[in-house]
Amino acid sequence: MSKKSQEGKIIRISGPVIEADDMRGAKMYDVVRVGDENLIGEIIRLNGDVATIQVYEDTNGLKPGEKVISTDMPLSVELGPGLLTNIYDGIQRPLPAIYEETGDFISRGVEAHAIDRKKKWHFKPVAKSGDKVSGCDVIGEVQETSIIVHKIIVPPDVKGTISSVEKEGDYTVEDDIAVITTDKEDVKLQMLQRWPVRKPRPVAKKYDPSLPLITGQRVIDTFFPVAKGGTAAIPGGFGTGKTVMLHQIAKWSDAQIVVYVGCGERGNEMTDVLREFPELVDPKTGEPLMSRTVLIANTSNMPVAARDASVYTGITIAEYYRDMGYDVALMADSTSRLAEAMREISGRLEEMPGEEGYPAYLASRLAEFYERAGRVKLLGSKDKEGSVSVIGAVSPPGGDFSEPVAQNTLRIVKVFWALDADLADKRHFPSINWLKSYSLHLDEVNGWWKKEVGEDWLKLRNKAMALLQKESELQEIVKLVGPDALPSKERAFLESARMIREDFLQQSAFHEVDTYCPSNKQYEMLRLMLKFSDKLQEAVDKNVHMDDILSMKSRENLARMSTVPNKEFEVRFQTVENDFEKEIDSLMKGGK
Amino acid sequence: MSNKDIEYTTVSEVAGPLIIVEGIKDVAYNEVVKIKTSYGEERTGQVLEVFSDKAIVQVFEGTKGLDTDKTSARFIGETMKLGVAKDMLGRVFDGTGNPLDDAPPIIPEDRRDINGNPINPYAREYPQEFIQTGISTIDGLNTLVRGQKLPIFSASGLPHNELAAQIARQAKVLGKEEKFAVVFCAMGITSEEANLFIRDFENTGALERTVMFLNLADDPTIERVILPRMALTCAEYLAFDLGMQVLVILTDLTNYAEALREIAAAREEVPGRRGYPGYMYTDLATIYERAGRIKGKKGSITQIPMLTMPDDDITHPIPDLTGYITEGQIVLERGLHKKDIYPPIAVLPCLSRLMDRGIGDGRTREDHAGVSNQLYAAYSEGCDLRDLVAIVGEDALSDRDRKFLNFAEEFEKKFVSQGKHEDRSIEQTLSIGWELFSRLPTSELKKIDEKYIKKYLPKGGKEE
Repeated sequence: MSKKSQEGKIIRISGPVIEADDMRGAKMYDVVRVGDENLIGEIIRLNGDVATIQVYEDTNGLKPGEKVISTDMPLSVELGPGLLTNIYDGIQRPLPAIYEETGDFISRGVEAHAIDRKKKWHFKPVAKSGDKVSGCDVIGEVQETSIIVHKIIVPPDVKGTISSVEKEGDYTVEDDIAVITTDKEDVKLQMLQRWPVRKPRPVAKKYDPSLPLITGQRVIDTFFPVAKGGTAAIPGGFGTGKTVMLHQIAKWSDAQIVVYVGCGERGNEMTDVLREFPELVDPKTGEPLMSRTVLIANTSNMPVAARDASVYTGITIAEYYRDMGYDVALMADSTSRLAEAMREISGRLEEMPGEEGYPAYLASRLAEFYERAGRVKLLGSKDKEGSVSVIGAVSPPGGDFSEPVAQNTLRIVKVFWALDADLADKRHFPSINWLKSYSLHLDEVNGWWKKEVGEDWLKLRNKAMALLQKESELQEIVKLVGPDALPSKERAFLESARMIREDFLQQSAFHEVDTYCPSNKQYEMLRLMLKFSDKLQEAVDKNVHMDDILSMKSRENLARMSTVPNKEFEVRFQTVENDFEKEIDSLMKGGK
Repeated sequence: MSNKDIEYTTVSEVAGPLIIVEGIKDVAYNEVVKIKTSYGEERTGQVLEVFSDKAIVQVFEGTKGLDTDKTSARFIGETMKLGVAKDMLGRVFDGTGNPLDDAPPIIPEDRRDINGNPINPYAREYPQEFIQTGISTIDGLNTLVRGQKLPIFSASGLPHNELAAQIARQAKVLGKEEKFAVVFCAMGITSEEANLFIRDFENTGALERTVMFLNLADDPTIERVILPRMALTCAEYLAFDLGMQVLVILTDLTNYAEALREIAAAREEVPGRRGYPGYMYTDLATIYERAGRIKGKKGSITQIPMLTMPDDDITHPIPDLTGYITEGQIVLERGLHKKDIYPPIAVLPCLSRLMDRGIGDGRTREDHAGVSNQLYAAYSEGCDLRDLVAIVGEDALSDRDRKFLNFAEEFEKKFVSQGKHEDRSIEQTLSIGWELFSRLPTSELKKIDEKYIKKYLPKGGKEE
């Protein structure tokens, strides 16, 4: 039975929330067009004939009595070649196209296709007619960017036999490229597909994560690693470096696809990404980082209702690339703004507030979002894997982690990088507090490190951690009695810990070499520092004076290891090692 | 008869800054309302919420004297707009955009919605042109660039107004002659404070390129909610239509947030932290995010918002939310002020997020980043040692530590402290830094590239 889509009338407007009458029959979470300017909105509550709608655009000048039309479709994203290198707003309108259409400022009621309808892509079939296929099976391939092959996959809800596939050639995203005969009907496939954002794309099975997501950031990879398919939260007050950290991960992590969601943050930060990523080169492929990146921007001055949508838009795109078998990393900066948007809408709905005015469903919404991460077995006849890792920034008011968003996030995520304002004030960056942070992925990723880098990786890491822990205890004593009052052995510990803190944990995002530290260089740096530490203890036992140790020349080279070019570090580190061994040995001989 | 001509006398409720008008037709959200009191005085309001037959209206000039009997309301059929023109330069306006000086009203070249539209992030140009303010702690350590929004977090009794006036007076982009303008927006400050700025603009001859929007402490509170939007609408016109480099000074955002809270309370909204509305972040963002540069446009908007931290508390919602939106912050500290250090800028919690791209070879000087990092690191170590000295006494310190302690003292006296009319060039600022480094062992200068140490460290600096 075909039914005319619902048309109602606005009866109340309060900021981004409106109410419309005569909407009986419209469905929850359906997209509606609001007013004479056709603003985009979504139904978030139904009560008899009245629908409550959150509007994704500015509602200034809207009047009661204007029409509201239901599109009878849930909020969906367009999926297909052309997503990479693009920048979208929260409801997947491409910002470059909007720029072409309306100029420097974003005005209302703009319509633009998320994926270019005219551009032709070179399609290469890999399946043939007669093949039995189901969701996520690959029909053909398109070279989307220089490094990414976009696989045209069967939508998750389709299963059947291919009755025809187009030949290799150039097609637009709307051209039919294959026909699949299912139990019920013939389904025509195009490169362009749609998926509702609030519905996770189905998978065959979720695995435990086992491979690390290598980010090139020492404090993360070595101390608090996150696994591919894992979840991490990075909370911190303003100025502690959340955004720089997320940018670093977006730039250097070894994920194949990166989805970066700027949710309620600064416009200039997105501009920075847009300006910088095309110039930066991926250390592995030598191609611009932009060719594997999708950007979603809902900056803090863009409509608040679309903030919530921006995160879902991002994760759905991430899942889509996962379904092609890629490792995808999604960064959301910041989830606190998402929570605040929920709070604002909830307030306008006059819902009973939970803690600090946030809606009672805050925890479940956050959990739903993070649960869409994971390393999974894909649907389809072939035994394939993909992963989505989710890294969310949290911006707790006053830098106080006891607030609801941080606490509810910590209950879900497996890795916690606690940013510390005191460290940031001292310009210790990344200002991740090593005593408060944790990673529950250590055992999972140990296998990879053992096999690929060094047998004793976990042992070294734990030894360094213990040293730092001991330092913090010793610091308490130093605060009371001064460092000179400590016995030499303890002072040597402090010295070693200081080296790890200043020369290993600190890493400059703006130094051309230091910005990315390969895993084997990380391992070697830590090994040398710990070896130095052992040597110091040995020397102190042999009564070498602390002042002699502190004035050692080879210390300086150890301190500058991080800036040794990544190509020549193996040779150069060898010299560093020999030098300090020699120097300490000669001190010990002199000491006797 | 169009809605514009209907005088509704159906005000059913007056509560705080709000009135409710019933029996209305065809009223738009955020539309401007002209309200006439029973004795003929006209006031302006704006629709905050609208139903099929009633509207909640906030009255900018306050609701004193309004009644539910004779008060009438007229909906003028458009949202709040400001007439903009080049002639606004040199003029003073009140909270509703009417001239406060004796000169005639301006002839608008265009009328713009004061809420503006968000700048498309794709259209933004990344800010990276160094603005020299002549203040060492800002230029050297927390560099301001064109198109940035850098707030000053102050507290009652600190000289933030003097500092802002000094920045407005001295700010320049090196090696360029360009059209420069100041938009000054005062929200709830005293007339004494406003006079300080006006005098200063007069003395330096800056008045004719300044536009002032004034809402003083005794002016209607609710006007403060629209005042910065008018100021920024004017700034956008000057910057993006006329190609001027505009510096916007907004003071005091704390009064703005109070006004926002007053309205929220009157509407009986669910409050967020400390009674401020849950949407305060979004609301502040719509002000701060209007700073920036646009591709292909010559002009720019640089914002210096000022706020007083209630009880010197940086975690209070107003500075906290501001810090999350702005690109850094300059924090003033009472302790330094008490030591008679001007400007009392507490270096450690300060930050300029856009600094990295605005400095270095070709912009300021090649050693700038290193000097800045090293100053931070050494000063922070010195400050830590002060705490230690308070417990164990200076004698317990090692020789090295004593040098750092001494460094912190000298840093405050020589680098932070400067005269109210002292305009230091970036070279001067950096060489004060190098002079301070010569007091430390060279091996401790780990944050600076060795080649710059060779080049810039004053000779005769002590070797270890």
